[in-house]
Amino acid sequence: MELWFTEPHTENVRFSMKVDKQVYSGKSEFQRIDIFDSLEFGRVLVLDGYTMLTEKDEFMYHEMIVHVPMCAHPNARRALVIGGGDGGSVRELVRYAALEHIDLVEIDEEVVEACRKYLPQTAGKLDDPRVHIHYEDGLKFIRHHEDEYDVIVVDSTDPFGPGEGLFTREFYGNCFRALKEDGIMVNQHESPFYQETAHAMQRAHKRIVNSFPLARVYQVHIPTYPSGHWLFGFASKKYHPVKGVDWAKWESLGIKTRYYNPKLHAASFALPTYVEDILKSEEPEEE
Amino acid sequence: MELTQENAPVLEALERMKTARLVPFDVPGHKRGRGNPELTAFLGEKCLSVDVNSMKMLDNLCHPVSVIRDAERLAAEAFGAAHAFFMIGGTTSAVQAMILTAAGRGDEIILPRNVHRSVINAMILCGAVPVYVDPGMDRRLGIALGMKPEDVEAAILAHPKAKAVFVNNPTYYGICSDMRAIARLAHEHGLLLLADEAHGTHFYFHDDLPAAAMHAGADMAALSMHKSGGSLTQSSMLLIGDAVSEGYVHQIINLTQTTSASYLLMASLDISRRSLALHGKQIFDKVIRLVEYAREEINDIGDYYAYSRELANGGSVFDFDVTKLSIFTRPTGLAGIEVYDLLRDEYDIQTEFGDIANLLAYISVGDREKDIERLVAALSEIRRCYRKDQTGMLEAEYIQPKVLCGPQQAFYAPKKSLPIDETEGRVCSEFVMCYPPGIPILAPGELITKEILDYIRYAKEKGCSMTGPEDMDILRLNVMEE
Repeated sequence: MELWFTEPHTENVRFSMKVDKQVYSGKSEFQRIDIFDSLEFGRVLVLDGYTMLTEKDEFMYHEMIVHVPMCAHPNARRALVIGGGDGGSVRELVRYAALEHIDLVEIDEEVVEACRKYLPQTAGKLDDPRVHIHYEDGLKFIRHHEDEYDVIVVDSTDPFGPGEGLFTREFYGNCFRALKEDGIMVNQHESPFYQETAHAMQRAHKRIVNSFPLARVYQVHIPTYPSGHWLFGFASKKYHPVKGVDWAKWESLGIKTRYYNPKLHAASFALPTYVEDILKSEEPEEE
Repeated sequence: MELTQENAPVLEALERMKTARLVPFDVPGHKRGRGNPELTAFLGEKCLSVDVNSMKMLDNLCHPVSVIRDAERLAAEAFGAAHAFFMIGGTTSAVQAMILTAAGRGDEIILPRNVHRSVINAMILCGAVPVYVDPGMDRRLGIALGMKPEDVEAAILAHPKAKAVFVNNPTYYGICSDMRAIARLAHEHGLLLLADEAHGTHFYFHDDLPAAAMHAGADMAALSMHKSGGSLTQSSMLLIGDAVSEGYVHQIINLTQTTSASYLLMASLDISRRSLALHGKQIFDKVIRLVEYAREEINDIGDYYAYSRELANGGSVFDFDVTKLSIFTRPTGLAGIEVYDLLRDEYDIQTEFGDIANLLAYISVGDREKDIERLVAALSEIRRCYRKDQTGMLEAEYIQPKVLCGPQQAFYAPKKSLPIDETEGRVCSEFVMCYPPGIPILAPGELITKEILDYIRYAKEKGCSMTGPEDMDILRLNVMEE
C-alpha cells in the first residue's frame, strides 16, 4: 500500500510526503488537526491540510525564531509566545536560564493536547514551571498587557486561517505596547517566493514598519514549507538585530544548536535582491 | 397542504422550476447565464439559473396569487402583521409606499427631523407637508433622539388635519421612542402610525429588544430585511395592520414598482423569513452577546463611549437597541468619521458610518468573535497612536428646520444656483445630507441659516461624504427664486 500526503503549495504546485501511518486526526472548534508518521520527515503536524512542522526540519524554524531575538536582547527576563501550540518555540526558550517567565498563548487547546501526546519532541518542555499556557485569542490576550515583555515570538499559522488576526496592524501595534521599552518582537513572516505568500509577507512588513521604529527581515531554510525559503520578521524598539550584539555572551551560555549560530544569525539578515525590493516598496523613504 | 414557517414557498417553487428543465424562450436574455459567460463566471451558475422571470409556477409580484402570496402570508404570520408585502426596491420603496398610502397633496405628516431622505422624497412625489417634532438631542453625543409622546400630542393638536405620525424604530444609532404610547395617541385622533424599521427587523424576534412597531400597534412598518434580517441587499418588507386596505396599498406599490421583480431578491426574503421565524431567538442571542462583549471591551479602552440602555430616560430615549454598536469618539479628539477612515485605511476594517462624533459598527449573525477582537484592538491602537486634543471640535446642536413651504412646491419651483456662501437666508430647493446615515441637513422648502452652513463646512472638512445637491461638490446650492 502506498499512502501519500499532498499539500498544495500553490494552485499549480504540490508537495507530497509518503505516509507510513496516521496517528491522530481531530477537528477542533478552530481547525482540523492531523498527525502522521512519514517515511522521510518523521512525525508531521498538519493543520487544515497545511504542514506546520515535521520532526526532521522543525529545528530550523524553532531555533531561528527564538535564538535570534534572545541573542540580540542583552537581558531578556519575560517572553511571550503567541501561537506555537506545538511547543517548539517554548522548548528553545526554556534553554535560557535567565528567562523567569514564559507565557504561551494558543487559541486551540486541542493542538496542545495532541502535541503533548504525539509530538513530545516539540511539546516536551511545556511543563517547565516557568511556562504558563493561556488558551485564548492572541489579539485579545495581548490587548490586556502593557510594558511587560522583553521578547514576543509570534509563532502563527498562515494569515488565511485562525491566525489571520495575527497579521494585522492592530496586532503588531498591541505587541509594541505589550513590550518593554527595549523589547523585541519576532514573527513568522511567510515566504517571498510564491505570489500569494509574497503578498502576505509584504503586507505584514508594511504593518510592522508602521508600528516599530526598527523592522528587519531575516531568512531561514525550511524544506517542507512552500519554496523552502522562509522569512521571519525582527521588530525592535531599541536593539539592532546585528550591530552591537554581544555574540560572545551568547556563546558563553553553551546552548547547543543544530541550525543557529551567531555567524548565521548575522548573515541571515542579508537578503536576496528581489526580496529587498519587495520589502523596500513598503518602507518609508528615509529607511 | 397547510403551510408552516418551515416552508419557503418561493424557494420551493424555484427548486421545482429547476427540475422541470424548461427551455427558456422568455426573458431574461442571458438564458440561465449561458448567454453571458463572464457574468456567470463572476456570480456562479447557481445564481444565474434562478434569475428568471415571472411565470405561472413562480407567481408574479405585481399580482401575487400563488407562491408569492403564500410566502407573504407566512411573512405576515412571522411578523405578526395583517399582511406583508415583499419589496424589491429597498426599504426606500417601502417607506415611499407608506407615505403615499397615508397622505396626498397638502396633507400633513407628523415626524421627527432625523428621518431618512426617502421619507421627504416621497413627500416631493405626493405633495404632503412635513410637521417636524423636535426629537431632542443628546448634546454630549451629538445625536438626535426620539419623539416624546407629549410632543407628538402637541403636534397632533396643533395640526388637526394631519393624516399620519411617522416614527423611526429605532434610529440609525439605536434610539427608540415609546411606540405604544404614540400608537395610542395617533389612533385616538384618527391618525395612522407609520414606522421606519429599516434598522429594526430583529425587534420582531427577541424579547430583550425594544418593541416592534406592529406589535406596539403601528399601522404600517417598513423593514430592511437585508440589514439585520440577512436577505440580499435591496430586499425589504412592508407590513400593514387591519386599519389599512391591503388592496389600496398594493395599488400604491404598483405605481412605482418594477414589473420584472428579481427572484433572487424574493427568494432571499423568503429564506430569511424562514430562518428568522425558526431561529430568530438564537440568532439575536448571539448578536446581543457579541455586541455586549464588544461594548464592554471598548468602554474598557478609555475615552471611547459605546453607549447602551443607560441612555433611556423614559421620554426622548424610551428604549435602546442593544444590538447597535454605536461609539462616541470625541473624547479621543477624533471625529467619528476620522476613526471610520483610519479603521478602513490603516486597519482594513470597514464600519457602517462615522459622523462628527460617533462611529457605528454593524454587528450581525455573520460576525465572528475574532473579528470583534480585531475591531476592539484597532480602536485601542487608534487611541494610542492618533489621540489628540479635543479643542475646536464642534458640539452638534439640533438645528430646528424652518419649513417655509412643502418639499414638493420647493422642489418644482423656479430656482437658481448660488455659491453656497451666498445662500444664507434663502429657501433651499434641494437636499443636503451626510451619507450614511442619509438624514437631511437641509430639505427642499427649508430656510438656509448660518448655523446650517457652518455645520456643512465642518462636516465637509472632517471628511463626511455629503450628498444631495445638483452640484455634486456642494460648492453651490439651488435656492427658490425670490
